[in-house]
Amino acid sequence: MNNEHSSHPLRTHPTKPIISVRNLKKYFPVKKGLLIKRVTGSIKAVDDVSFDVQAGETLGVVGESGCGKSTLGRTLLRLYEPTGGEILIDGIDLASLKPQELVKQRKSMQMIFQDPYASINPRLTVASIIAEPLRIHRGLSGTETRDRVAELMRLVELNPKFLNRYPHEFSGGQRQRIGIARALALNPKVVICDEPISALDVSIQAQVINLLGELQQRLGLTYVFISHDLSMVRHISTRIAVMYLGRIVEIADRKSLFAAPRHPYSQALLSAVCVPDPKRSNSNEIILEGDPPNPARPPSGCRFNTRCPFAFERCLREEPELTPRADGHLAACHLERTTLEDFKGRFSE
Amino acid sequence: MSALLDVRDLHTRFRTPSSVINAVNGVSFSVQPGETLAIVGESGSGKSVSMLSIQGLLPPHGGAVEGGKALFQGIDLLQLDKKEMRKINGAKIGMIFQDPMSSLNPVLTIGYQISEALREHEMLSRGEARRRAIDLLRLVGIPMAENRLNDYPHQFSGGMRQRAMIAMALSCNPALLIADEPTTALDVTIQAQILRLVRRLRAERGMALIWITHDLGVVSRIADRVMVMYAGSVVEEAGVLDFYATPRHPYSRGLLSSLPRLDDNVGEQLRPISGQPPDLSKLKAGCPFAPRCPYTIERCVRETPSLVPTGSDPRARVACWRANEIGAYHEQ
Repeated sequence: MNNEHSSHPLRTHPTKPIISVRNLKKYFPVKKGLLIKRVTGSIKAVDDVSFDVQAGETLGVVGESGCGKSTLGRTLLRLYEPTGGEILIDGIDLASLKPQELVKQRKSMQMIFQDPYASINPRLTVASIIAEPLRIHRGLSGTETRDRVAELMRLVELNPKFLNRYPHEFSGGQRQRIGIARALALNPKVVICDEPISALDVSIQAQVINLLGELQQRLGLTYVFISHDLSMVRHISTRIAVMYLGRIVEIADRKSLFAAPRHPYSQALLSAVCVPDPKRSNSNEIILEGDPPNPARPPSGCRFNTRCPFAFERCLREEPELTPRADGHLAACHLERTTLEDFKGRFSE
Repeated sequence: MSALLDVRDLHTRFRTPSSVINAVNGVSFSVQPGETLAIVGESGSGKSVSMLSIQGLLPPHGGAVEGGKALFQGIDLLQLDKKEMRKINGAKIGMIFQDPMSSLNPVLTIGYQISEALREHEMLSRGEARRRAIDLLRLVGIPMAENRLNDYPHQFSGGMRQRAMIAMALSCNPALLIADEPTTALDVTIQAQILRLVRRLRAERGMALIWITHDLGVVSRIADRVMVMYAGSVVEEAGVLDFYATPRHPYSRGLLSSLPRLDDNVGEQLRPISGQPPDLSKLKAGCPFAPRCPYTIERCVRETPSLVPTGSDPRARVACWRANEIGAYHEQ
């Protein structure tokens, strides 16, 4: 098993990864009928996704709404039951654990949610919110718990004097810090960050991103950072995975992905990012036509073929696999390489 | 050239039983015909409330304009009654909002909603209005427009709904289009489509545009001029190239430098603005940004800086006691 693992074509790194996901699937049933519900199909939110994350690195996951990036994050922690596949965290397959064993493993992986207003209980004080995981997983005494809560609050740069306050007395940025302190309470190795800054104001976003970066260095955390904000993902990630309709279409190092994306969808997505510089012209923008297809009925063959300017007969028939390329990228495309110039030639605007 | 819209010393307050929220505190600006002004600010900066005040669209209870003028083609909008204002909104001033689903009526067809304005403002017959609606949907790039006319909003995707909103806003050929965060709820590839569409329509029709956003990337792709608001006041206005090259107010500097740069390295820190935006019910004397500003001196806490001209551009303005000093230091 281990041998098979190390020779897997997706392995791009010599050392053993902390997270190793193989063929992960999460399908949601689509039901119809008023009284008697029948399952008429399924939405393949995550469909056969495989990747590795090395200890201490940040894997950014980007894609548009409906591409399955949040579902992926939640399935990794088994907040959603996977439909199939393996989730190896530190060598233990979470996907096959029994509930009691899963609870034990949850200590090593935690989640930071998007909306700091919805993800913390407004009726609990800050101290009880942060202490909750300690109470469940560690039988600490009252003073020990209080000390640990104060330590965690200092860690996320909140004043421990406020430990008896309620969430509504804090601003959005401070609430997100409470969420981070709670996630770190049990010294996790892996933290899944699901759109952790989307609900925050621009000037506050940078504060939270810096905090996440510092904590990663101090505590040796591994992040999976899910966001639609491509420039922030670029800033914080070591490697980036691009998702489209439930599949990863490309994974590459942050610099390399932004400098020379290989998959046509990555190229279009990255070129649509508005860089705050009015001197950059719009002429390098690739504008895709149309909307992403309905995930309940993805196109056959390559899922991007309905919007891809390069699609040819094989793309309609055969779904491309994620395969390693000469520059170290993993890309799921039948073409070896497409360039911006090719793109421009194909759009007659 | 006389301004299309000239807003002077606008004040808007929200009164609640326990407090008074000073949402807009003496905002002045102008928009020339055909020009695009981006209004940038964080939530609570007063950018949306300023626009709602001008258009007479503040919620009926609580919020009220308490002073100022808003001259649109020479007419003070703040003096008009509801009936007179309805003749301007939707006809001479078009609007697009962030969430198309909350501004489209879910039980009326897209076609009906677009032709409604035409029939109301331009007295077109049903058939003529329908033809114009089809043209408009084509204009904003909706495929098979004549078949989609009888669709309801839920049958449209997010990007298509925003296009339908734009078609509605353009139906009567407005001289001014006010867009409040029109692409914030959209995906980037759809945002790129909408930005391209608005740029094209603006060029074809010569309309002026006020684009409200917090996204400095979008601003750089669409604006001629940039106005930055903080705590209900304008703190800076400049031409778009100048603004990005030499932002003069410390808040503008802070906003720009808190964004990740394209050439940064792994592990590099961002430079955020410290602290939080102020509570608008507890504004004190002095510069509202002083508590978060790295350049604060004693005078900033005591006296509120007024918005004064700066640099060679006659319309560039900044509200900072130390703008010249800071500018000179950074240009060295």
